[in-house]
Formats: sequence, C-alpha cells, structure tokens
Amino acid sequence: MSLIKCNSLSVKIAETQVCSNLDITINVGENWAILGMNGCGKTTLLHTLAGLHPVQSGSIELNKILLNNISRREIAQQLSLLLQHQEDHFPGTVLESVLIGRHPHLKSWQWESEDDQKLAQKALAQVGLSHFAQRSILTLSGGERQRVAVATLLVQQTKIRLLDEPVNHLDVHHQHEVMKLLTSNNMDIANMFVLHDVNLANRYCDHVLLVYEDGRTEHGSCVDVLNEENLSNLYQHPINEINHAGKHWFIAG
Amino acid sequence: MHPFSFLIFLVILSLVLVIASLFMGSVPLSLQTVWSSLFEASTQQSSLIITELRLPRALAAFATGALLAQAGALMQVLVRNPLADPYILGVSGGAATAVLIGMLLGFSSSIGLTGLAFIGALVAMFLVFIIAHQKGTWTPTRLLLTGVVVAAGWGAAISLILSISPANNLHGMLFWLMGDLSYSSSSAFAFSALLIGLILSLLLSSQLNVLIRGDKLASTLGINLKQLHIKIYILASLLTAAAVVQAGSIGFVGFIVPHLIRLTGITDHRFLLPAATLGGGILVLVADTAARTIIAPQQLPVGIITALIGIPLFLFLLQRDAKQ
Repeated sequence: MSLIKCNSLSVKIAETQVCSNLDITINVGENWAILGMNGCGKTTLLHTLAGLHPVQSGSIELNKILLNNISRREIAQQLSLLLQHQEDHFPGTVLESVLIGRHPHLKSWQWESEDDQKLAQKALAQVGLSHFAQRSILTLSGGERQRVAVATLLVQQTKIRLLDEPVNHLDVHHQHEVMKLLTSNNMDIANMFVLHDVNLANRYCDHVLLVYEDGRTEHGSCVDVLNEENLSNLYQHPINEINHAGKHWFIAG
Repeated sequence: MHPFSFLIFLVILSLVLVIASLFMGSVPLSLQTVWSSLFEASTQQSSLIITELRLPRALAAFATGALLAQAGALMQVLVRNPLADPYILGVSGGAATAVLIGMLLGFSSSIGLTGLAFIGALVAMFLVFIIAHQKGTWTPTRLLLTGVVVAAGWGAAISLILSISPANNLHGMLFWLMGDLSYSSSSAFAFSALLIGLILSLLLSSQLNVLIRGDKLASTLGINLKQLHIKIYILASLLTAAAVVQAGSIGFVGFIVPHLIRLTGITDHRFLLPAATLGGGILVLVADTAARTIIAPQQLPVGIITALIGIPLFLFLLQRDAKQ
C-alpha cells in the first residue's frame, strides 16, 4: 500500500533545483534513505513532502489524497517530521515537550489523558530518557535534546515519518539505538531518513534516493543503487566498497 | 504546588489585596467605615472616598495590569521571545499616540478612544513585525532594537502632539501618558475586554503551547500558522489598546509578570495565561497603591513604580541570556 506518491515532482529552492520530474512511491514497511551533498536540498525535499515547502510542479499524494487538499491538522495525524534543529525559547519539562506530539490528536479543549501520559513515558523510555521526564528542556545536551525530539515524534504515532538527520549529535551507541528503534516493528509505517552516513543507510534502510547536486535523482533498492560509482559521483569524492563479514561497507578514499 | 491550586491562591490574593488597598491612602479609614461604605448606602465623605475614589481606582489598576500581562504573554509566544512586552515593542506607544490624537480632536467616549488605540496598536505591531521579521526568523536583538526604535518614534509623535495641545489639557494628558490611574472612573469597559480576551486566549492556549516550540515544529504538529499568528496579533493589540485607554502606557508589566509565573514552574499556557492575568492585576494594584501612599498626599504615576521593578529585571535577563 502506498503512503506517499510523488507524481513528476519538481522542487526548487532559491537557485537550487532539488529534483525534477521525480516519480516515487513510498510503501508501508519501507525504510528510505535520502543521501546527497550539503546544500543539495535534502531538507527542502523532506519539507516539501510534509507540505511545508511549495512544489515547483507535479503533485504529492498522501494515502492517495492530494497533499494540497488536506488540512495541516489531518496531515499531522498521518505524517510526522523530525526537524534538523530543535528550538527552545521557553523553559519547560522534557515530559511536556514530548506530550506536544499528541497535539494533532487532541481537540482544542481536550487535555492530555492518562493514556497520552503513558505514551509519552513509554517513548521517553524507548529513547533511554525515562529519568529525565521532569528535567528542564533547557538543561539537556545536544544528543539528549535530539532523543527527546525523537520521543515527541514517536508519540505523534503517524504512519509516515520523515526524519531529517535523526542521528545528529548522537554518539555511535545512540545512533544505532535510535535507528533500530525507528526501523523495527514498523510493518504499517514508512520512514524516510536524511542521512550522511552511507553505512547507516545501507544497514537500516531498504531503499535509497540519491539527490545529486545538479538536480538529478536516482532511486531504488539499496542493493541496486548503492555502489562505488554512484556514491563517488554523488559526493564528488572517491568512495570505496569493501566486503567484510558478508556485508558491503563504503569508505571514503 | 499544583497549577490549579496556584490559580485559586492568586484569586484569593487578588480579593484580599483589593480590599486591603481600600484602607491605604492619605486618609486613614477604619474597618467599620470601609464595611459600611461598601455595603450600606451612605453619603459621608469617608464613604465617598471608598466608593468614588479608592474602589474604582483599585479595580481599574487590577484590570489594567491584567490586560497588559495577558497581552505580554501572548506577544512573547508570537515572537518567541520572553523579553517581549507591549511597552518595549512600542505597541503601547502606538496606541497612546492614537489616543492623544483622538483627545486633541475632542474624542471622549472610551469606546471611541479604544477604537483609536486598537488601530494604533495594530499599526505599531505591524511596523515592528515588518521591519524585524526577515527571512522567516525572529532575531531577538533585531526585534528588540526595532521595538525600541519604533517606540522612540512614537515618543517623538507624542511630544509633537503635546506641544500643540491646549495648555489646560496638558496636565491630564501628561499624567495619563505616564501611566496614571487617578483619572480612572469606570473600569467596566476594561473588565469586559479582559474577560473576552481571556476566553479567546484560553481557546488558543493549547496551540500556544505548540507554537512556543517554533513555527516549523508547530506546522508539523498541525497548526495553521498564518491563522494563529493573526489571531494572536489581533488579540494582543486589543488587550493593549484597552489597557492604554484605561491608564496610559504603563511599562514592563507584560514582561515582568509572565516571567515571574514561569519561575514558579508554570509553563503550560492553559495555566500560564490565567495566572499571568491575575498576577498582572495584582502587580499593578500593589504598585498603584504604593504610588498613592509613599509620598501621600502627593501621588506618583504608577508607571514609575513598574519601571523601577521592570528595568532592572529586564537588564538582568538580557545579561544572563548574553552569557548563555
């Protein structure tokens, strides 16, 4: 079942052509990685899929309905987006910050229920921050703040999750914990990750979308698309493939 | 303390302080006099002091403070900066300028003046936003700087109006401008604006909780940004306008009070807004009672007292933020 479908989608930001005539379908249970150089427009593409950036041409369908015809609130019930940077201007607890993820599911006069609280506690436990529930959000380190953002995304409980550099600020252990958490038990969910680590993409994702600097794109299964030639072209830097323990690894030359 | 108990505490404190303020002033009054003048019809001079002077003034002070604190709390969410305040951003200045023009042209009804103040506040906020809002981001320094400069512009406009005003109006205009409650007779209008404002902002409060986390995140969580921004913008302008018409421009209340409430640990706007409303009322009531008793029978404009509290706090926070 397709969750997102792009029909000859073109996206442009300022002078950068991010993609042109992209036809892509994201199905349930799939994990996609978006790879590309800095400034090629990966974030813009993700924001476009979330309806936060206008399309240049073409269309996007969410669950077979045109994105333009869905209200922000209905989009938020089906699609979540982990932003690259977390903003905190006001004090508040970690738990409050996570509970914000329930907003699209609550009526304006409705308070968070006992179940919502439990959901938030569970999400905090999943990112290993249970004991931080009452801590001030302003006292967290970059990596801890990032995990709180992941927990907020989890309680939003959407079928489609767009994640802009979810492993930003995370140490190696937590990078894998978060990727495992997001990619396991998701038979009815589709993830799209913007990543900078090819090996992380290769390990946790089944599909990949390469966004070249000139606005060309290439997509398919990891096995088909991830190879020395494509990656060297993509990053304009020699990338070598090595085989170890029956797996492919990519190392910058 | 649970936020709800805190709200009840503030309600009780408000009532106690309104009653306490009736005893304060240049003429000492006994408990019996206050009681009888409140609940029995009387035309004695001491009764008149209560019913015609002190009670209306206490209520006007409370309403003004409540309006300003609520406006401040809303503006802080809108610009995502805890230093925002109707006075600092020049919104009170815009409203005051419009009211003075109205006075010069002979307007006297509070609805007419509030209408003008509302237009003045909308224009002032719009100006600050247009200039400070660039590339979709609010730079705190840029916003504050713009607010201060625009406020200086309103100051100049006010000086111009005062200099061409007839001399017999001047004293009243000046005192009103400095934030003065001694001319307040009825606060019914301010209380109506306050009540409507509070209901409307409570309806928005859960969305405000999301908006403080940033425009982008709020969008991803289902907020229609443009609509919400416009609602807050209009609501904050209306509240400021009602406060300015009631008592001129009293500074810093909208910034001090939400900050103090946040210090108690209340960050959820469903509690923060009513708490700030009550707290603002309390602050201005206490400040005004002090203003009319410190050097009684001489009276000070209440704006001087709030500035004495607000300016050091503002500078302290600015310096602390610069260190972080």
